[in-house]
Amino acid sequence: MKLSEFVVRDSILIDLRAETKDEAIRAMVESLAKAGGIQASEQEAIIGAILKREELGSTGIGRGVAVPHTKHASADRLVATIAISKDGVEFASLDGEAVHILFLLVSPHERPGDHLRALENISRHLRNDNFCSFLRQATSSKAVIDLLEEADNNQLG
Amino acid sequence: MNQQPSSTCEVVVMLENGLHLSPAAQIVKTAQAFRSTLVIQKGDRRIDGKSMLDLMTLAAEYGAKLRLETSGDDAEAALRAVVALFERNFDHDAVAGRQPAG
Repeated sequence: MKLSEFVVRDSILIDLRAETKDEAIRAMVESLAKAGGIQASEQEAIIGAILKREELGSTGIGRGVAVPHTKHASADRLVATIAISKDGVEFASLDGEAVHILFLLVSPHERPGDHLRALENISRHLRNDNFCSFLRQATSSKAVIDLLEEADNNQLG
Repeated sequence: MNQQPSSTCEVVVMLENGLHLSPAAQIVKTAQAFRSTLVIQKGDRRIDGKSMLDLMTLAAEYGAKLRLETSGDDAEAALRAVVALFERNFDHDAVAGRQPAG
């Protein structure tokens, strides 16, 4: 499973202007819908499901990273988007720090393995300090996509 | 040199969706309450059980066998607490019927 395959390219937000978790999740799902990653008619339901998931425990996993997600019946394959926040989003993270890198995932109900593998993939790269700092410094979606491809090909060292 | 006490145990992931984010967060939270280190091994891979990112890289699916190893002066209590999470299956039943936590 490759980052550059499940991250919907046109949905990447390199300058997320959101202060709260709700605003961030809404902006990301709307961007995913606009790019055709999810059905626009399901947008509100998906936002609701992701926020409900957050109530069970924040997906802010520390180190300035959050991975909000949900399963949804309308998804026929796992899709994701990325947002970068320069100022940071308050996310009630495990370590209490604001979040600067967000990976939002929507996956089909019947494929729990895909979801686990996507999380594995994302977290493996996020452990790499180069990946995190390049991601936070990216100034265009193209730069993010190039970075994802380099990460997929293990070119980041 | 004093050898730190250590305890080990093998567990099997019985969560239908595998060891996803919520159970991983429960492991981290539980392990962090102890001074001992927690190493979780799956196959040849050994990771820090107090690190969320590390835990997520395990991608432990239903049926995966994990070896838990705690080391430190409270190793036994730490191991007991983490094993208890697996025995309760991370209180999975408690959230049954609700939106599955992923």
